[in-house]
Amino acid sequence: MKDQLDYMTQSVTSGKMTRREFMGKTAALGISAAVAGSLFTRAVEAAGPVKGGTLKLASIGGGSTDSLDPALAASQVPYHNLNQFGETLVNVTENGTIENRLAESVEASADAKTWTFKIRKGVEFHNGKELTAEDVMRTMERHSNEDSKSGALGIMRGIEGMKVDGDNFIVELGTANADLPYLMADYHLMIQPDGGFDNPAAGVGTGAYMLVADEPGVRHAYKKNPNYWDDTRGHVDEVEIVVINDATARMAALQSGQVQIANRVEPKVAGLLDRAPNLTVHSTAGPGHYVFIMHCDTAPFDNNELRLALKYAINRQEMVDKVLRGYGSVGNDMPINAAYPLFDESIPQREYDPAKAAEHYKKSGHDGSPIILRVSDVAFPGAIDAAQLFQQSANAAGIPLELKREPGDGYWSEVWNAQPFCASYWGGRPVQDQMYSTAYLSTADWNDTRFKREDFDALLLQARGELDEAKRKALYSQMGMLVRDNGGLICPMFNDFIDATSNKVQGWVADPTGDVMSGKWSHKCWLA
Amino acid sequence: MHPVVKLVSQRLALGLLLLLAASALIFLGTLMLPGDVAQSILGQSATPEALANLREELGLNRPALVRYFDWLFGALQGDLGTALTNGQDIAESIGKRLGNTLFLAFWAAVISVPLAIFLGLLAVRYRDRWPDKLISAVTLASISIPEFLIGYLLIYFVAVQMGWFSSVAMINDSMSLLDKLNAIALPVAVLTLVVLAHMMRMTRAAILNVMQSAYIETAELKGLSTFHVIARHAFPNAIAPIVNVVMLNLAYLVVGVVVIEVVFVYPGMGQYLVDHVAKRDVPVVQACGLIFAAVYILLNMIADIVAILSNPRLRHPK
Repeated sequence: MKDQLDYMTQSVTSGKMTRREFMGKTAALGISAAVAGSLFTRAVEAAGPVKGGTLKLASIGGGSTDSLDPALAASQVPYHNLNQFGETLVNVTENGTIENRLAESVEASADAKTWTFKIRKGVEFHNGKELTAEDVMRTMERHSNEDSKSGALGIMRGIEGMKVDGDNFIVELGTANADLPYLMADYHLMIQPDGGFDNPAAGVGTGAYMLVADEPGVRHAYKKNPNYWDDTRGHVDEVEIVVINDATARMAALQSGQVQIANRVEPKVAGLLDRAPNLTVHSTAGPGHYVFIMHCDTAPFDNNELRLALKYAINRQEMVDKVLRGYGSVGNDMPINAAYPLFDESIPQREYDPAKAAEHYKKSGHDGSPIILRVSDVAFPGAIDAAQLFQQSANAAGIPLELKREPGDGYWSEVWNAQPFCASYWGGRPVQDQMYSTAYLSTADWNDTRFKREDFDALLLQARGELDEAKRKALYSQMGMLVRDNGGLICPMFNDFIDATSNKVQGWVADPTGDVMSGKWSHKCWLA
Repeated sequence: MHPVVKLVSQRLALGLLLLLAASALIFLGTLMLPGDVAQSILGQSATPEALANLREELGLNRPALVRYFDWLFGALQGDLGTALTNGQDIAESIGKRLGNTLFLAFWAAVISVPLAIFLGLLAVRYRDRWPDKLISAVTLASISIPEFLIGYLLIYFVAVQMGWFSSVAMINDSMSLLDKLNAIALPVAVLTLVVLAHMMRMTRAAILNVMQSAYIETAELKGLSTFHVIARHAFPNAIAPIVNVVMLNLAYLVVGVVVIEVVFVYPGMGQYLVDHVAKRDVPVVQACGLIFAAVYILLNMIADIVAILSNPRLRHPK
C-alpha cells in the first residue's frame, strides 16, 4: 500500500492527479478522508509552485478579426485573452462552488433579491488606477445598458437596479435569483477601469498578466503584473497565446516543444498523443454537449410522438464510442448532466430502442415523407459522422431520416435557430438555472428548440428563488423530465474537454467549467 | 512616343479600371454571403437588441450603395478605414501582413525560380536520358501531392522527429533575419516543391521548341558545346513563355498560399483575408482584394513587357 500511496503522491506533485481523484483513490486504499486530505496538501506543498519561465498555449478559435473588448468575446482565443488581463467579481471553481475574486464577500438578502458585493481594497488596474466599486458598476452598465452589444446582455436582463454604497456594489433583482453570483462570474464581465467605456479593447484589467503584444489571429503576449494582489496565483513571468486553428499544426507545435499547452485535442489522436513520453493528455468531463434540435412548433416536429420516435431511434452509446472515441458520456435528451450541481442521478437513461421508435412513429401518423436533418462539420467535430449514424439507426426503425449537408460558412446565422431540424452544440453553463434560462424558457433568445411550456417556466422561476437545496433539486429534476419527454432536444452525448500539456507543466486542475482550466491555466500552473 | 512607354501607360490605365471593377465585384460578392458582420461577431450569443446596437454602431443600416461609395472615396484618398470587427487601422495591420507575405514569397522565389530554370536547362541537355526523367518524375510528383500533405510530412519528420526546424513559422519584429529565415525554412521548402514543376516543365518545353530551329543546328555544326547552345542561343528565344509562367507562379506565391499559412501558422495575407471573409468584414476584404488584384495585374504587365523587350520583332514594330 505504501508504494501505491507514494505513486499517488507523486502524481499529485507532478500535477497528474487532482484533489478529487486523489481522495477517491486513497479512499479505495482504506485511508480516511481527513488523512488523505492532509496527505494531498503535503504532497502539493512539498513541491510548491516554481516561479519564472514562459508558458505558451496553442489555441483554436482565433482570427485576425479578434478584439480584446470583453463584450465581443465569443471564441476560445478571446476567452483566454480576457482571462490573462481581466478578472470577474467571483469565479466558479472546478467543484462548482463560488470563489471570491475582486469581490471580497458576497451577501444576499433573505429573499435573494438584493445582492451586496464588497469590493476588494488595494487592487490596482494595469494603468495604475485603483479599483473601486464605481468601476464595477460602470462595467456592469456597459454590458446591460440600452446601447449594449455585449454577449452578456442576455444574462444581465434580470437586474432592475444597481448602486454603489462605499466599497459595496449592490444589485437589485426583479425576481429572486439564488444563482446571481454564477451570472456575475460570466467571462464577459471582466472588470475594466471606468467600465471600459473610454477604450473597451485596451486590454487593461486587474489580472496577473499585462498585455505586451496584441497581434490578432497570430499571438498575444503578456508579462507578469508586479502589483498583482494575489500571491498564490501567476507563477510564470511571461505568458503567450499562440493562435493555431489547424489541429495537426497545434499538436505538432506541442510535440516539438514550441508551446507547453494545446487545447481541443481531437479524440482520434488523443490516445496516440498520450503515449508520447513527454506529454500528458487531460480529459475533463464537462457540461458541453452535442445535439440535434427540433423546433417543437414546426410540422412535423410539433408532434411529440414523432419527437419521441426520433429520440428512441438514436444510438447514444455508439456515438460516444465512434464519434467521441470514448472521450465523453451519453446524453439523456436534457441539457444537464452530472457536471452540474443539484443534478438528479436517478432520472432513467433513455436507450436506443428501434421497436419503441417504430411504435411512436406509427402513432405520430407521419406521412412517411423524408425527414430532413441539416448538418455541417461546424455544428460540432464529427457532426456529419454522427448524423450518418443517426440516419442508419433511424432507418433501421423505419423512420425515413434524410441528411442535408449545409455549408459551414453562415451555418450559425442561416441554419441554427432558423431551420426546424439541425445539428448543433452547447458549451453548457455553470448552473442549471442559467442553462434552462438561456435556451428553454419560453421567452429565451436562444430557445433553439422552440420549447414553450407554461408549467416549465413556472417551475424555473420557482426554482430560481428557492434557497432550500433539496427542494430546488426536486424542482430541477421535474424540469429535466419535462424537457427529456416533451422537448425538441435530442442529446446523444456530452463531450469532454481534451487538452494536452508538456510534462513540464505543473499545477493542472481538471476544471469542467470552461476551456483549458476555464482560462486559469496561466494563473494556476507553473513550469518545473 | 516609344511603343514600350505607350504600352506601359495603356496597361496601367487598364489596370486601374480593372481594379475598380474588382472592388465592385468583391463588394457585391460579400453582400451575397449569408449573414452580416454583427451576426458573425456575436455568433451564438447574439440577442436581437445586441445585434441592433452593433449594426447601428458599425453603420450597417445605411444602404449598400452609400457604404460602397463611402469606402471608395476613402480609398481614393488613401484611407482604407478601420476594420469593423476589432476597430484596428486596416492600412497598418495589412502592412504588417503584406510584409510577411512578401518576405515568404521573396525567399521562395529566390530559391525556386533559378532552381527551376537550371533544372529545365539540365533536362534539355540530357533529354530523354535518366537525369531528364528523374527531374521530371520528382517535380511532377511534388506538384501532384497536395501542399498541406507535403507540409504535414515535413513537419512530422523534420520538425517533430528530428527537431531541425520549427513547425510553427511564426515571425515577429523582434526576431533577427537569421531567426526569421530559420522559422520560414519549412514553408519555403514546401512552396518551392509546389511551384518548381510548372516552371521547370515550361522551361524545358519552350527550349525544346526552339531547339528544332535551323540556327540551333548551325550552332551545333559550329562545334559549340551543347550547354552553351542551350544557354546562349536557345534560352533567349524561349524567355517569353518562361517569364509568363514564372510571373504566374510569383503571383501564386503572393496570393495563393493560404493553405501553407494555416499549416505552418504563418501570419500572412491569406489567413488574414479568410478570417475577415468569415466575419463579413467588408472594408478589410475590399482592401485585401484590391492588393491581390494589383499584384496579378502588375506581374502580368511585367511579363508582357519582358516578352516584348526580349523579342526584337516586337521591340521594333514596322
